[in-house]
Amino acid sequence: MAGLEGVMTQEEAPVSLAEAPTRRLNMIEAINDALDIMLERDANTVIMGEDVGFFGGVFRATAGLQKRYGKNRVFDTPISECGIIGAAVGMAAYGLRPVPEIQFADYIYPGLDQLVSEAARLRYRSAGEFIAPITVRAPFGGGIFGGQTHSQSPEALFTHVAGLKTVVPSTPHDAKGLLIAAIEDNDPVIFFEPKRIYNGPFDGYYDRPATPWSRHDGSVVPEGYYSIPLGKARIVREGAAMTVLAYGTMIHVAEAVLREKGVDAEIIDLRTLVPIDVETVEKSVEKTGKCLVIHEATRTSGYGAELVALVQERCFYHLEAPVERVTGFDTPYPHSLEWAYFPGPVRIGEAVDRLLAAG
Amino acid sequence: MAAKADRSGKPRGNLPPLELYVPEPKFRPGDAVDYSDLVIPPAGLQPRPDEGCAPAETHPLCLDLVRVLDDDNRAVGPWDPKLDAETLRRMLRVMALTRAFDDRMYRAQRQGKTSFYMKCTGEEAVSVSAAFALASDDMVFPSYRQQGILIARGYPLVEMVNQIYSNRADRMKGRQLPVMYSARDFGFFTISGNLATQYPQAVGWAMASAIKGDTRIAASWIGEGSSAEGDFHAALTFAAVYNAPVVLNVVNNQWAISSFSGFAGAERTTFAARAIGYGVAGLRVDGNDALAVYAAVRWAADRARANKGPTLIEHFTYRAEGHSTSDDPAAYRSAQERDEWPLGDPIMRLKRHLIAIGEWSVERHEAMDREVAEQVKAASKEAEKSGILGHGLHHPFKTMFEDVFEELPWHLEEQAEQAIRERRIKWPDWKE
Ligand SMILES: Cc1ncc(C[n+]2csc(CCOP(=O)(O)OP(=O)(O)O)c2C)c(N)n1
Repeated sequence: MAGLEGVMTQEEAPVSLAEAPTRRLNMIEAINDALDIMLERDANTVIMGEDVGFFGGVFRATAGLQKRYGKNRVFDTPISECGIIGAAVGMAAYGLRPVPEIQFADYIYPGLDQLVSEAARLRYRSAGEFIAPITVRAPFGGGIFGGQTHSQSPEALFTHVAGLKTVVPSTPHDAKGLLIAAIEDNDPVIFFEPKRIYNGPFDGYYDRPATPWSRHDGSVVPEGYYSIPLGKARIVREGAAMTVLAYGTMIHVAEAVLREKGVDAEIIDLRTLVPIDVETVEKSVEKTGKCLVIHEATRTSGYGAELVALVQERCFYHLEAPVERVTGFDTPYPHSLEWAYFPGPVRIGEAVDRLLAAG
Repeated sequence: MAAKADRSGKPRGNLPPLELYVPEPKFRPGDAVDYSDLVIPPAGLQPRPDEGCAPAETHPLCLDLVRVLDDDNRAVGPWDPKLDAETLRRMLRVMALTRAFDDRMYRAQRQGKTSFYMKCTGEEAVSVSAAFALASDDMVFPSYRQQGILIARGYPLVEMVNQIYSNRADRMKGRQLPVMYSARDFGFFTISGNLATQYPQAVGWAMASAIKGDTRIAASWIGEGSSAEGDFHAALTFAAVYNAPVVLNVVNNQWAISSFSGFAGAERTTFAARAIGYGVAGLRVDGNDALAVYAAVRWAADRARANKGPTLIEHFTYRAEGHSTSDDPAAYRSAQERDEWPLGDPIMRLKRHLIAIGEWSVERHEAMDREVAEQVKAASKEAEKSGILGHGLHHPFKTMFEDVFEELPWHLEEQAEQAIRERRIKWPDWKE
């Protein structure tokens, strides 16, 4: 099965996970499973956030966990993102491994100082005396008519900060393995969950019936513990015509567009934005000579700008065409014009055509 | 030099190990609800200090509950604002209209006419009575649950529905989530989805009014849950430091989505009592008593207008419905809470008061309910002519790029062209 490269189980590694018993889960269930396993394995893991306790979170990602592990391990917090992240830093200083949930990525800003000035730099400024092994989970991205405060993709604000790792899964399988790795990582990790694909792999055609995860290979999730190392991309599909660099929801949109167009593209799911798996990117672009970068976030100073810079620095003499960049527009996320804003099949298709025509 | 301390967390004699306290609401789904240990003082007993008093003098009132309507539906005590019957009937009508509006918009969301809606059922007095107590040119900085202010100030219902439907006539150009109104001409600040941000902004507006020697004051509303945000505390500090002419309302409706007020600190003290630590006057008021809310906000407004400083008012009320159309409260609280709520319903209480003083009747009330329902129906039919969400009658695509800046920079011009090109491919029949 695709996506199992680099997967290790802890005790019996390296193991062929293909042989582990599996279940079909949607992304919420996979995240819940990862949290459950980490609460079970490591008594220092604690989960906190607005509505995560008794209720189990507004997206149900922590459902049942307070009941299983008690209120010392899984608890509600006051509505203060500054307090949530600040308290997590303090807990980490004690030696815990907090996994705070921010209800929507759009609401992470009151906690920015604690993340940017504190969590990200604790290790550096104390020369390793204090660390912040915190995993901040937050649903992000649009496509649910959430308007400008339930739709944002602010990943570039975090990839710009020295000392933060940023992870975005695109399947239930990856969500589980990456979240476990993030929690075990000794540095602060921002774990953005594309909420549009919590229940199914959205292909960008909002007017077609939604597909559930159960019909997608990425929903086959091994039982028990496994982790997917941070900093390792996944080749979703091999190809020779061009390299597509994306993550999260846009993986599925890109896949659908390229399938429909019958283009033999190589799609790379970056999975971790910092540190990025630059080797996989380089190898692919050297092979294909063309590169398309896709994200839902706004364009200017977006993470795509970093990708384009890396590709031209490292693969310039292999490029047969300028690198293409498909993104959201540089506006707040609109409500009624959501589908005009979203970088969907038409915008991606035009970029693919330009690349095919070039060189 | 002292020896290095042992930092392994050793036992200390007979001291028990430390314990984390995590609040837990009294009632969960299925539980029988008994509010008998909630202290509800009788109406009329709370003293009413002079509006110019020192903040500390209000401390007892922060732990009490200002109430005017007694068990016999009479207005009693020093806080009775002594409003004439005509004003009371207008207040009642606006509250009823607000509730009728909520009911219809909630159903409209269920029918797929829009994406989202939030009701204020049970909390109508907190916005409507307050709007009556403020001057119509005072500036308000509300949260998403004070639609009653807009309705009290006479904002056209059809404009509200246009916003909720994100349609072609929506003055917010379809940009904002439903209920995130903005109405500058009605002294109503644009509502943010990010909690608590309006609080320091209200203080800033009030400071500006003071800088300019104006006579208008500002008022803001925040949910008790949101009072945990840093913005709340920044607002109170600024309000105290600059003696800002502002009325800061905390709507304690007991629940913040699934989190009860204990997660904002309600088990330790009242929300009103927070005022005292900042050196700000505080009042705690029965939020389902329209007369008490009016009296408290009027007291605070008069105080602010007389340059005597800010007031924090806790409105003790109950969120009778779910948080929003995305929420099912049956998952986390007892369904009995609403029925057992000891402070009743603000509309019913004002209705009974008017009947008790011989200024209203059951028949007139029923007729009024029919009229407001018709009024809402007419407004929503009118709005539907300009479209509902997702059915094409949106604002022109170019508007998506406007108002990011005062002028469109080159990159947004380019992106607008891209959007319009995509529109021709995706929706060939579209007419701008
Ligand atoms: C900064 C921020 N954090 C979290 C949220 C998500 N959220 C929206 S409403 C809400 C609960 C607010 O409760 P409360 O302040 O008590 O107001 P109520 O809804 O009861 O009127 C939460 C957590 C948000 N909108 N903004």
